Parts: sequence; C-alpha cells; structure tokens
Amino acid sequence: MTNLLIALVVILAIAALVQLVRVNELLSEITNEDTNAVTDDDNNKNGIFFLLTIPLFLGFVVWQMVTWDHLLLPPASSLHGAEIDSLMKVSMTLILIVFFALTPMLFFFAYKYRGKKGNTAYFFSHNNKLEVVWTVVPTIILTALIIFGLRTWDRAMNPDLSQASIIEVYSKQFDWTARYAGDDNILGQSSYLLVKGKNTLGVDMLDEQSSDDIVTREVHLPVNKPVLLKFRSRDVIHSAFLPHFRVQMNCVPGLSTQFGFTPTKTTEEMKSQEGEDFEYVLLCNKICGAAHFNMQMKFIVESEEDYNKWIASQKSLETTLTLK
Amino acid sequence: MSDHHHKETFITKYIFSTDHKMIAKQFLLTGMFMAIIGMLMSAIFRVQLANPGEYSVLYELLPGGWLNEDGGLNPDKYLALVTMHGTILVFWVLTAGLSGTFANFLIPLQIGARDMASGFINMLSYWFFFIATVVLLSSLFVESGPASGGWTIYPPLSALPQAIPGSGTGMTLWLYSITLFVVGSLLGGLNYIVTILNLRTKGMSMQRLPLTIWALLITAILGVLSFPVLLSCGLLLLFDRSFGTSFYLSDIIINGEALHNVGGSPILFEHLFWFLGHPEVYIILLPALGIVSEVIAVNSRKPIFGYKAMVGALLLIAFLSFIVWGHHMFMTGMNPFLGSVFTFTTLLIAIPSAVKVFNYLATLWRANIRFTPAMLFAIGTVSAFITGGLTGLILGDSALDINVHDTYFVVGHFHIVMGLSAIYGMFAGVYHWFPKMYGKMMNKTLGYVHFWGTFICAYGVFFPMHFLGLAGLPRRYYTNSSFPMFDGLADINEIITFFALAGAIVQAIFIFNFIYSIFKGTKTTANPWKSNTLEWTTPVERIHGNWPGELPVVTRWAYDYSKPGMDEDFVMQNVPLKEGEEEH
Repeated sequence: MTNLLIALVVILAIAALVQLVRVNELLSEITNEDTNAVTDDDNNKNGIFFLLTIPLFLGFVVWQMVTWDHLLLPPASSLHGAEIDSLMKVSMTLILIVFFALTPMLFFFAYKYRGKKGNTAYFFSHNNKLEVVWTVVPTIILTALIIFGLRTWDRAMNPDLSQASIIEVYSKQFDWTARYAGDDNILGQSSYLLVKGKNTLGVDMLDEQSSDDIVTREVHLPVNKPVLLKFRSRDVIHSAFLPHFRVQMNCVPGLSTQFGFTPTKTTEEMKSQEGEDFEYVLLCNKICGAAHFNMQMKFIVESEEDYNKWIASQKSLETTLTLK
Repeated sequence: MSDHHHKETFITKYIFSTDHKMIAKQFLLTGMFMAIIGMLMSAIFRVQLANPGEYSVLYELLPGGWLNEDGGLNPDKYLALVTMHGTILVFWVLTAGLSGTFANFLIPLQIGARDMASGFINMLSYWFFFIATVVLLSSLFVESGPASGGWTIYPPLSALPQAIPGSGTGMTLWLYSITLFVVGSLLGGLNYIVTILNLRTKGMSMQRLPLTIWALLITAILGVLSFPVLLSCGLLLLFDRSFGTSFYLSDIIINGEALHNVGGSPILFEHLFWFLGHPEVYIILLPALGIVSEVIAVNSRKPIFGYKAMVGALLLIAFLSFIVWGHHMFMTGMNPFLGSVFTFTTLLIAIPSAVKVFNYLATLWRANIRFTPAMLFAIGTVSAFITGGLTGLILGDSALDINVHDTYFVVGHFHIVMGLSAIYGMFAGVYHWFPKMYGKMMNKTLGYVHFWGTFICAYGVFFPMHFLGLAGLPRRYYTNSSFPMFDGLADINEIITFFALAGAIVQAIFIFNFIYSIFKGTKTTANPWKSNTLEWTTPVERIHGNWPGELPVVTRWAYDYSKPGMDEDFVMQNVPLKEGEEEH
C-alpha cells in the first residue's frame, strides 16, 4: 500500500511538472516570445541571487567555524605536533583569506555585470602586466609556504630518537597489540611464520632479545620522553592514527614502518582540559574490512613514576609464553 | 560530399552508430544512468551514517542479503556501497560520461571535421565501455557482493577474499570491468588526439582552437599515458589473485592461514595505481574547465581573458599531474625525502590553478552576463574550484597531511574540487549543447531551480565534512559511534545527510527536464546562444557528416565577442576578417 502511494505521488509530481512547463510554453506562445530565451528579468533575478549568496554562503561558513569549533581536535599533545599546528594555523589563515576574498569577488562580478539589453561587454582579451602579477604573487606566497612546510616535515620526520624507548604496534583485522622492547630496548626478531597459539605476534623466542619483551593490549607512555613506534601488519594494510599526537603511519604486511614522537601532555591533564571522558586513542585509518570502524587501542600518557609502576606490573614474554 | 546520404537503419543509426554525435549521446545517457545509480548509493550510505544500524525504506532498493537481521545495513555492504559509488563516479560518470560525451560531440564539430578520424574505432570505444558497464553492474548481484575494498582497491585487502567477501567474485568482475573500460578509453583517447591533430579544417590552427578542444586534447593525452599503467597494475593484481604470484603480497596470515607469498609489496601497487590516479583527477577536471571556459566566454559576451595563459596553465597542470602522485602516499612509510619532493611539486600546481581562477574572474569583469542555466553552472564550477582548490594546500603539504590524511577533510576536499567542479562543468555542457544534440531547448526555469537547489545542497553536504576531518574522523567508517571522541559529530552527520537527500531530489528535476525536452522541448534555432564556434554553423537537424556542403573555413579565433567595430556582439569563426581588421 505504501509503495502504491509513493508511486502515485511520483506520478502526480511528474504530471504537475509537465503541466507547469506546458503552461509556461503556452503563455509565451501568446506573447510571442521564446520561453527559453534569457530575459533581463532572468539576469536580474540570478544576479541578485548571486549577490545574496555572498552573505549567506560566507555566513554559513562562519557559523560552522563558530558552532563546531569545540568539536575540532585540541592542540597537539606532542612536540612535533605543536609545530604542525603552527603550520596548520598559517596555512588555514592564508586559505581563509583567499577564500573570503575570491568568493565574494566572483559572486559580486556575477551580480554587477549581469546582462542588460543594449549593454556591451568590454573587449579585453589579455593584459600581460596583470597576468605577470597574478602569476608572480602566488608563486612568492607558495614558495614561502613550501619552505615552511618542508622544514616542519623535516623536523617531524627526523626527531632525536637516540633516547627513545621502542614499542612495536602490531595490527590485524580488527585489533591492535603492543610489544614493549623491555630492558634492553631492542625488540626480539619476529616472523609471520612463527605466529602460533599464544605467540600471536610471531616473536622468535630463540632470539635472546625477545625474552624481556612485553606484550600489552594498551599503551602507556611516560610524558616528555621520546618514543619510537614500529609498525607491523599481519594481514592487510592498516593505518595507525593517533590524531591527538599528530601521528599517522601505515602498517603494511611485509614492510616495517615507524614514527617517533614525544608526548607532552598526560591523560590526566587532558581530562581536566577536555572533560572526564577524554582518552588518547589509536584508530585504524586505512580501510581494512568489515569492522574497520571499530579497530582501536587506548593510549595512556602518565608521569614517569606511574609509568614505571605500570610497566613493572606487566609480564615479560618469557613468562607469558612459557607459562602453561 | 555524398557520404551523408548513405542509408541508415535503426541499428546503424541508434545502436551501432559510427556517427560521433550519436556516440556522444550514448556516452551521455550511459553516464547519466550510472550517475543516478552512484547517487542513490551515496543516498543510502548517508542514511546509514545519520542513523547507524537502523532500517530505512531506502534499503529496499538494495539486492537481497545486504541487510542485517534487524534490518540495518551490513557493514561489509556499507563498504561495498562506498567502493562502488567511488568507482562509478570517478570512472563511469566523470571520465567516460564527461570526456566521452563532450570529446565525441565537440571535437569534430568545433574543429570542422565530418567525423572522428575512425568512426569504427569510436564505436568500439563506446561498446567496450558498455560491456564494462554491464560487467560492473552484474557484480552488484553476485552472492559475495561487489568489490568492497575502496575504489583504490589496495591489496592485500582487494587480493584476499578471506579478508572481505567483496574481494571474491565481485573483485574479479571489477578488474575485468576496469580492463574493458581502459581498452575503451584508450581507443577513444587515441582517436581524439589523432582527430584534433589531423582533421582540423582549413584555417583552424592550434592558436585558434577553442579552449574546450585544448582541454579535451590534453585530457586525451593524459589518459593515453596513464591508463595503461592502471591496466598493468590491475593485471598484476589479477595474477596475485588467480595465479599465486607475489607482486603485492608478502608475510600474510589470514584466517589463521599463513600464505606462501613472500617478497611482494603493496606499496608497489600504490605507486602504480596513483601514477594513473593523480592524472585521473585532471582527466576528470580539465574537460570541465574547458567547457566552463567556453560557456563563460559565450555568456559573458567577452573573449576569454588570457587565452594563451589558459592554454599554458592547462599544459603545466597536465605536466605536473604526472609528478605528484606520491602525495597520496605520504603516510605509507616511504622515505620522508620523497615526501618532500612530492610536497614541492604538488604545491606548485596551485600556481597555474590560481592563474586560471584569476583569468575567469577577469573574463567576468565588465562583462554583459547572460544567465543561462549553463552559465550558472559554469560560475558554480569556478566557485567550487576556488573552495576545493584551496584546501589542497593543506593536503598537499606532507606535514599537515599527517593529521588530515584519509579523514573526512579529504572527502570534503576532493568532492568539491574534483566532484563538484567536474559535475557542474558537465551540467553546464549539457545545458549549453543540448540544442545542438537534440535540436530542442531545455526548460530555462527548471534549469534555474536545478542550479540553485544543487548549489545550496552541494555546499551543505561537502563543506561541513572539513570540520569532521579536522575533528579527526576517518573516512570509510560504517559508523563513528564506536569512539566517544566523535559523539559530538552526530549533528553534523545529520545535516550532511539532510542536504544529500535534498540534493538527490533536486537532480530529479534535471532528469525530468532532460527527458521532457528531448521529446517536447521548444524547437531551437541554428545558433541559440549567439556563439562563435563552428558547431553552431551546422544545420539544426542532425546529419551524418555535420555540414551539408563544403567544410567551413576558419579565419579567426573563437572569442571575438563584443569586438569593437563589428556589427554584432559575436563574430563566428568562419566569418572572414573585415578589411583592416586585426585578429584579436
């Protein structure tokens, strides 16, 4: 019955449209004008609509910026992230200025130069001086932006990691596992062929460096200490995304990737700033299958004391794998 | 001059036609059909995003087995919808539907040729495309569902049916379909290039070509150089899937089973894919910019400003588009130095793009604008090109990309700069050349309603997505309710879905107008827009061979609008120069 009603409504709508168009055409036959020729009246109406577009569109943009500002990510919680944030601020300001200049100009021209019978357009085919100006000015601005961008990128990619503790982040459909390198700060060898039973990461237990490794289901980090995350994937490409730290790196089967950074704010600090439910979280950001949308792991940044306490309470691989 | 008198049967006229104008219409109708399907898919997944897991009456459109027991959309099938929406819109609508239609229609008409260099190859090009369409659509009905690994089909996800059901038969059909598609588009592309270079009528020097033809020529060259790479890329994937090779696969355990593949790299796939993928963006965009240049000049009653700079900008964009593909891969773990190089080349594209925008603005300055529906959409394209192009400065910067890569910021960016610009350009083209295609006019008022409705809804859909992205929301999430940090975004999703559904309904007005006007539209005259280009010197009634008598001889460029000293505000390209008149 509902389907029948929907079909009926659609048919009636089409019939109404046909009749409207027909009436329009018949009227124009009476007045002996081509109904589809653009009149001065059309030009005026559309010109005014374009004029109205300026406050409405720009107003919509400003409204979004004001209303949704609190939803955006808080300032970065990492050393390099703060630099990325300043580059973002500069770039965002630049593109907003250009946007707020060019958009009104486009729509204002559309309004101002709307056609009128009897008017003639100005024959203006080129002007080398103007064209040089609007090639050179963007070039200068972009050069500055490129240099700023490359410096930030270079610094983000090459932090001092000599003191960094190493943690492996292992991904598979649809969860994450972490492996701390232990006291020696060296991860034991691993191979996908060794994945078996409890040894879910395929760690080579014959390697001496493996025994002190610690496998966990959440990551604790001491604040203000550099950390180097090394990524592996068991099955398909995943992407480790830690938006609050401005960290993202793909996890690729058969390839080892890494990202080093220094967290600067503890979870507690963020809770007092952003609200009690705040947690740092690792998301998957590369389509990886049905439950892609729910592949997450908690990150906790805490004081060195708390971190030491926590890590001491974790069991090493040697204990967990040999324990029957 | 007897070749247009040969006998045409129904089959040679409407189905296996070698007439470029008929082939153009075939591309257009197929493209529109696919656009409707692609749009319905997006409507469905937008409904899911606004009401995660809940039943919607729209789901009745889906094939069986795509819903959960409680009537919600299956997460697998959500990904299938996203994948097919991307594939259809990128390849079927904005590549074949846009280039296929307007390259076929405009190239011979605007350069003064009787047809394409090879009408037969041209026909083959459409029929390869048609078969590709059938194969792709058939994949919607296989039991395991169509390809679901994203339109970029990154392996190993796309290589392993165990990883996602869509990577079974659906993926195989996807690869077959794309193979046919590439063959079709190569046949078409070669034909376009040869036709433009060899069949220009007397006097139609390269400096006198309308910008539409320049854009279509450069597009065809991009396609011919990049599509074969996609073909080989897909072929290697097919080998990995079917013959046990390891081009892209290594060290994988899936469903508890360790695969034998060792030594391959999914990153190799990404390099090959984006070597097509980035030029593809311009294969989509450039024809639209060409159409828009023409429509803006005609309806501003002014020459396009800086013709040479416009051609130069097109060439520079095309060249750069081949050396920027790595900006899709900043986060793959490739050497950061390579990231620097790609950031540098990517941001350079902003320069020719800025030149194009300024030239459009200068064209509108002191114009006498006639707001045909085509002109409205042309202005819409420029607006979208500005809005979407600017956010490219964020995404192209490797350091900033760390935080917005693969988030909704990207979705907003490319839907505006590539999607809206191109689809607006396509609408502009349809409204502008409809009289030439069908000898009828489209209804003006419905065109206005269509433009303003689309313009409002499209920004309502895509602008808020930037904020989702800046909040850190990844794309391709079935729902964002699994993360408390995204709870505040539910309202934004509802707003987007509202505009998406409203925008979809507005498109019905266009489809009605299109079909109604073909049959019942008012008759047109030979040159309804008072335009300069050669297609408007042909008779209203379609003839095979385009011109009844001799081919026109070109004596001037295409943009003598409102030229001082002339009798009218337009001078067609085949009107000889007046005594003492200088060529622009």
